[in-house]
Amino acid sequence: MKKPLSEKIIEGFIHISAAMAIVSLVLIFVFIGKEALPMLTSHEVREEVTVTQMVLPQSPEPGEPKEFSWQPVSRVPKYSLMPLFVGTVKVTVVALLFAIPLSIMAALFTSEFAPSWVRESIKPVIELLAGIPSVVLGFFALIVMATYIQNWFNMDFRLNTLTAGIALGLAVIPIVYTVSEDALSAVPQSYREGALALGATPWQTAWRVVLPSAAPGIFAACVLGFGRAIGETMIVLMASGNAPVMDLSIGYPFRSLSATIAAELGEVVRGSGHYHVLFFIGVLLFIFTFLINFSGQLFVDRLKEKMAGTK
Amino acid sequence: MNRKLINFISAFFYTLTGLACASLVIIVAIILGNIVVNGISHVTWEFLSTAPKAGMAEGGIFPAIFGTAFLVLLMTIAVVPLGVSTAIYLQIYAPAKSRWVHAVRMAIQNLAGVPSIVFGLFGLGFFIEFMGKGIDKIFLGGELYMGQPAIIWASLTLALLTLPTVVVSTEEALRVIPKAHREVAFSLGATRWQMVRYVILPQAVGGILTGTILAVSRGAGEVAPILFTGAAYYLPYLPTRLNHQFMELGYHVYVMATQSPDVDATLPILYATVLVLLTLTFTLNFTAIIIRSKVRRKLKIGK
Repeated sequence: MKKPLSEKIIEGFIHISAAMAIVSLVLIFVFIGKEALPMLTSHEVREEVTVTQMVLPQSPEPGEPKEFSWQPVSRVPKYSLMPLFVGTVKVTVVALLFAIPLSIMAALFTSEFAPSWVRESIKPVIELLAGIPSVVLGFFALIVMATYIQNWFNMDFRLNTLTAGIALGLAVIPIVYTVSEDALSAVPQSYREGALALGATPWQTAWRVVLPSAAPGIFAACVLGFGRAIGETMIVLMASGNAPVMDLSIGYPFRSLSATIAAELGEVVRGSGHYHVLFFIGVLLFIFTFLINFSGQLFVDRLKEKMAGTK
Repeated sequence: MNRKLINFISAFFYTLTGLACASLVIIVAIILGNIVVNGISHVTWEFLSTAPKAGMAEGGIFPAIFGTAFLVLLMTIAVVPLGVSTAIYLQIYAPAKSRWVHAVRMAIQNLAGVPSIVFGLFGLGFFIEFMGKGIDKIFLGGELYMGQPAIIWASLTLALLTLPTVVVSTEEALRVIPKAHREVAFSLGATRWQMVRYVILPQAVGGILTGTILAVSRGAGEVAPILFTGAAYYLPYLPTRLNHQFMELGYHVYVMATQSPDVDATLPILYATVLVLLTLTFTLNFTAIIIRSKVRRKLKIGK
């Protein structure tokens, strides 16, 4: 029987659409890269800003001390990415220090110790948390959390790295929890039975047998959480204070790479050095998260293969 | 090790991990409780059905609700056919375990990890500057019509962002359909597409619906991708054409929270808007979860 034309068209569409995910990724890279490329190629743009200026310390006027400074709209525009980079790393570290221990311990409890009614009720709670839009978490951090955290820790600034980091951690918890919990549940039941039969207590089984077997998956969970934290925009944009301060203290406001794009692209002149710098930051974020997620995913896949082999 | 010490560590370990679990529940309860308590009194029919007045200090959020609904509708129209056919390709058409399939899967997983602000940059660089300006140049001789922030570009940007959600959900539904169903269809002389259309798709409706609803919920809450691709703080008209800008709930929350001249005066409205947004995304998520669990249960019985 010959296929009718309509069927051929539909099947053609199915084949093409499968390629769309790859095409999109390539297009994202090409089109953001296209707007960032004048940083390297255009003579005009390079007179305003060069990659060296973005990385090495510069003195704003001849004779003044060298510094790292992000002030793209001042009389002498300064484009050092270092304060933004420091801010991003700082808030990510705080977020992960808050989210990772909490999520892994909670995942361990759900998969190893919790009675089944607890297990069944904790999952919807995590799904609720995952379902809160990041703008709402940003709002909550800005309006509610900031005041409490400032009072509790006696901070000089209302919006600081600690507040933004904890709020960012809330966005990271669901992914770390879910991936860790999957990894822990994937450990074959026979491992646990073997350990318990040898006289180990439940916590010894969990700590010495289950946790090490699931370690690659838990590591992947942390990596994926890291990727999520680096790229998250709205929470940091709303709760960080947005001051590009080059300081490692968690009591200070800061500005992240992602929030810089969000805050400045709306007002920038198209084609200016500043415009291209913002796209350049976008390329950095894209490449960075791509590498992180790619390696995290490899770990998850490898773990799945390993566990499938032991069953 | 002596027995007492083991018992002590055991109890300590149990309590510690249990507390971690409990604190997650408490955190979620505090956030939701705070928003509900502070927002509920201001959510009235008038609030939901009128436009903002007096620089956002009075009036309602109807244009933002309308804009959000229109935005996710366009997004759904774009993402569902694309996502479903990608999943059909991966599960049914593709040769199993080929390199190409592996590459497509990798791409989908990576697409899910691209930061949302990068999607915003892409929307600006590709849809507006390249597609929009290109359409204007070719069809309108350079007159500005499509080459500007607009609801169509924002919704297409969101469609790319939510593509992985739809693909993953649909694939899950397709994967559990027994292979025997396909073989029976073939043995009755069905072509591959007839098999997909009359045997596979009807069984996958639940999964497709789940994916669609999750995508809508995700799309309705994302703000970073629409910052430069079409969202506006205030518009005197509702968006009715594809090249109009639009107001959106999440964007409304962001601007009111960060750029309001008098935060205290607008705080009740802000809380109420957050509550509406949360109710919207939670209702969608909840529906998706229910459908998903029903589908899963049905499949378990069928096996």
